[in-house]
Amino acid sequence: MGDPFVIAGIELESRLILGTGGAPSLHVIEETLRASGTSLCTVAMRRVDAATSGSIIDVIDRTGVRVLPNTAGCRTAREAVQTAALAREALQTDWVKLEVVADERTLLPDPLELLEAAQTLVARGFHVLPYTNDDPVLARRLQQAGCVAVMPLGSPIGTGLGIANPHNIELIVSEAEVPVILDAGIGTASDAALAMELGCAGVLLASAVTRAQDPVAMATAMARAVEAGRLARLAGRIPKRFHAQPSSPTEGMAVL
Amino acid sequence: MTITLNGSKTDVADDITLAALMTELALPTRGSAAVVDGEVVPRGLWTGLTLRQGQVVELVTAVQGG
Repeated sequence: MGDPFVIAGIELESRLILGTGGAPSLHVIEETLRASGTSLCTVAMRRVDAATSGSIIDVIDRTGVRVLPNTAGCRTAREAVQTAALAREALQTDWVKLEVVADERTLLPDPLELLEAAQTLVARGFHVLPYTNDDPVLARRLQQAGCVAVMPLGSPIGTGLGIANPHNIELIVSEAEVPVILDAGIGTASDAALAMELGCAGVLLASAVTRAQDPVAMATAMARAVEAGRLARLAGRIPKRFHAQPSSPTEGMAVL
Repeated sequence: MTITLNGSKTDVADDITLAALMTELALPTRGSAAVVDGEVVPRGLWTGLTLRQGQVVELVTAVQGG
């Protein structure tokens, strides 16, 4: 429709990126991947567990969705860089969703470790998509470091609190030269639509779908919300007014 | 011989290669990766890498994650 979503030279059909964490089964993941129409989904890297049956990679490959490994759980730049290197070997992709969190309670990004990891990974040829705070200055620094997108949080991971600081998201969008992807905090469809209305190029969410009572229905809802929000952004919303403005003609009223 | 595999002391055949170890564990090639003594081993080197007594091996794979 003449509105391509391009990251690092790759055009993605859908502006919804799906995290696969939190789903009750691989079957549900496959169903939600299909229902969401996503072109890109995240995975984590963990120790091999002999008790696990089935492979998330088989599921993803079956659906034809591109894979984006993350560095979830990493607390230092060193750990994150090592995890990205592992993911590159495992999945043969240079793309990485870079997460370096400060503590388990908030799961907020540690800005200093994050920036250091981003710089190192860019220097090693990675395409880095950093999960970052909703801080316009940090977003700018990450772009200067060579990240191919910036992914500010709406609110902390898994909270479903929506977009806590829409103004900051707008600020980040207003000066971004790479796609801004709202990542984390989405609770329901209206949050995803708002992200797009604020000018984000895409939305990344996991729990809102995988932990919904009906994940497949929610995946469908999110796909439509992202599309609706994007269309509304491009359509140009009306300015907000303090007083009412009639939409029916004020002239030509019959005398009754 | 004994190596430390994903944090546990594990008996393996003497001079087993990394590739043979992964086959023994029925690891899928796609989606898996290995770290030996803190270094990520490029997949092209798995077959040629002979493990030694006491080495620390981490084998990881892609799992569900946000």
